[in-house]
Amino acid sequence: MTTTNKLKQNALSIPGPDTISKTVLDNGITVLVYENFNAQSVVINGSLNAGGLFEDHSRNGLASMTAGALMLGTQGRDFDTINSSLEDIGADLDISAGTHKVGFGGKALAEDLSVLVDLLGDALRRPIFPQGQIDRVRGEALTWLQYRQQDTRWQAGRIFRENLYPEYHPYHYSTRGTLETLPTLTVDELRGFYETHYGPRGMVVVIVGAVKAQDAVEIVNQHLGDWQNNDQPLPPELPQIDSPAETRRAVVTLPGKTQSDIVLGTLGPSRYATDYQAANLANSILGQFGMMGRIGDVVREQGGMAYYAGSRLDGGYGPGAWSISAGVNPANIERALDLSINELRRIISEPVSEEDLADNLSYYTGRLPLQLESNEGVASTVLSMESYGLGLDYLLKYHDMMYSLTRDDLLAAAQRYLNPDALVVAIAGPEAKH
Amino acid sequence: MMFKGTETFPGGILDRMIDRQGGSWNAQTFLDYTAYYETMPADRIDLALQLEADRMINARFEVDEVDSERTVIISERQGAENSPMFWLGEEITAAAFRVHGYHHEILGDMADLETITRDDLYHHYQSHYMPNNAIAVAVGAFDSEEMLNRIKEVYGKIPAGDLPKVFSRAEPPQQGERRVRVERPGNTAFLQMSYRAPAATDSDWFKLAILDSVLSGPSGLGGGGVDNKTSRLYKALVQTELAASVNGSITPTIDPHLYDFTVTVRDGRTLEEVEAALEAELNRVRSENITEAELNKAKKQARALFAYSTEGVTGQAFWLAFAENFASYEWFEHYMAQLEQVTVEDVRDAAERYLRPQSRVVGWFVPTGMEEDEDYDDDDE
Repeated sequence: MTTTNKLKQNALSIPGPDTISKTVLDNGITVLVYENFNAQSVVINGSLNAGGLFEDHSRNGLASMTAGALMLGTQGRDFDTINSSLEDIGADLDISAGTHKVGFGGKALAEDLSVLVDLLGDALRRPIFPQGQIDRVRGEALTWLQYRQQDTRWQAGRIFRENLYPEYHPYHYSTRGTLETLPTLTVDELRGFYETHYGPRGMVVVIVGAVKAQDAVEIVNQHLGDWQNNDQPLPPELPQIDSPAETRRAVVTLPGKTQSDIVLGTLGPSRYATDYQAANLANSILGQFGMMGRIGDVVREQGGMAYYAGSRLDGGYGPGAWSISAGVNPANIERALDLSINELRRIISEPVSEEDLADNLSYYTGRLPLQLESNEGVASTVLSMESYGLGLDYLLKYHDMMYSLTRDDLLAAAQRYLNPDALVVAIAGPEAKH
Repeated sequence: MMFKGTETFPGGILDRMIDRQGGSWNAQTFLDYTAYYETMPADRIDLALQLEADRMINARFEVDEVDSERTVIISERQGAENSPMFWLGEEITAAAFRVHGYHHEILGDMADLETITRDDLYHHYQSHYMPNNAIAVAVGAFDSEEMLNRIKEVYGKIPAGDLPKVFSRAEPPQQGERRVRVERPGNTAFLQMSYRAPAATDSDWFKLAILDSVLSGPSGLGGGGVDNKTSRLYKALVQTELAASVNGSITPTIDPHLYDFTVTVRDGRTLEEVEAALEAELNRVRSENITEAELNKAKKQARALFAYSTEGVTGQAFWLAFAENFASYEWFEHYMAQLEQVTVEDVRDAAERYLRPQSRVVGWFVPTGMEEDEDYDDDDE
């Protein structure tokens, strides 16, 4: 294995090349460690290339069920043994699938890191896919999906996603599968998916906490260093898609509800886009800064129409959505939509003020210490830096990079992605009064 | 209304000021207290000290702001009403507390939200917001003496007031099981079983915290929990495919509140089956000691969760303040030591006394089905 940097004393500094240890194991697994002896715990976080991208759309939920099955039983441990190993020491470990990656995360008291990595290695390398446990967990997943059918926020998000991304695009689908697909997935399919896609190539492990970097790397190497899968395929490329050409409205009516949830938006930049941070800042001004930005101001503060009303930029590996969402009384749907669309027109037609830009730059750079206060915060930040190829010095460069952005950059990014006349508008609630 | 501004810090300015400094802030109303907090970079904490002192006495409560905030809070309640568990929880609490003020949902009844006046709110503000009715906690990278001096400087000049009379009427002993039933559209059934819990200052509270860890898994002091797949109730309800999930919760409060079990009934199973299985497990823990291994596991879990939930400054400040509110900050300092003292006999004794069917409220959320309708259309707005 190769360690590419040597650690300096880490005294509550911003994580960077001098304080993050990066090692690539012989089988390709990248291990990043940040020592923090101010806490008693240790956090592990990471990912590998086995997400929903790899599943056929008719088998929606296969990646998720496969990931969920890994900790139901292994060659050496049954369900109870796995969970006793964790819960007896107050530790936690989860493995779950997203669209692109399978992610894992766990925490323990620092003295128990080896237990955590041992279990992670066992679950990733020696799962046995026990039929009885899988059927039990499948029933729980179906109950969860049944419950979500009556959740207005979930339903609005679902129809927004399904209308923004066409059926041939992986983002059209929830990784959790559907009431139709989940019952049809077989144990053989899960095992086949596992054997094909799980392996060390592209895997990242981040460890943060009261542990010496060298010790942490050694523990990972011991449990995962000799893992091989020579046939592991590369992730497929995402199909090209266009933003909506005109506004399309989708409505789900759910009886007995008192509030409607609305989501409206379009395609935004991926995390790799050169104007991602410009769009990010524009989005902050649109619907996050202060009390949920301009959207919060017009819909909540001035309009008194919603407890939550703001915007988000998903980013991610592909073109994530750029969307506005709010929970409003059914009688206020059209007003809230009009006000939101007006703010979209404004953000693409005039540069933000000098004050708005200065405030948001101060916000983005000033909140870093709080984001990095906890081991979890550091671990997820370091994983994101590695996953998107931002570099170990990303946080050190962050201030200058953000302050190089201008009002024109923000305007150009907003204009590039947002078209107020071509949106997906999703509404879920009791009666669609529109 | 406390976020709508003062003369010094007008409405809309405050959110921006905090964000500009890279901080975060919020507030929460709970059964026993209302708490405001700011977490700031250490060299910028003075803004938080100043604005909290200012709005302790100078909040404006303007009439038109009240009207706008009223509809926002009504929207918050309507959002909560979209959740089956909100309806069930509200009915159970109302049934459990006939006399005590805990009867009321914190978010408020719609009848009050629609009619409460600016003067009602301002009267509450003037009667309760005063330095001798407040607890201030600071945690972080500063010199304690300097911070204390600064707090004295900023808050010491605010005049003390007449302490409000706490509205507290003791709940009389319950004389038999109470049952509530909520029937609403939906596909999923939920069971909640709520028993009487002691006040946080009662040593029994810690025995029940250990009992809960054994029954439904550990929960930390506000910090994320860990899984509960080896707990007794998970094994009895989820592994047997009766339920999709089970949770327990006991919250520290000034006056006795509730020890709740909530269960999501698995699709295809019935509330009757789930209730019978839950009751059987609760009877078992009342009639047989838990094992030493279970006790030691609960203590180790508590140590780990205590470590997780107190690693950040915000979590530490929360718990020092809450503990001072319902008992003393020493409650928090001695939390682990109190748990360590609990024995298997203590747990059995507490289970026997607190998990009595006669003093519980059983709540059923009965889904009446749901037909959803999905429409699409293209338009040009």
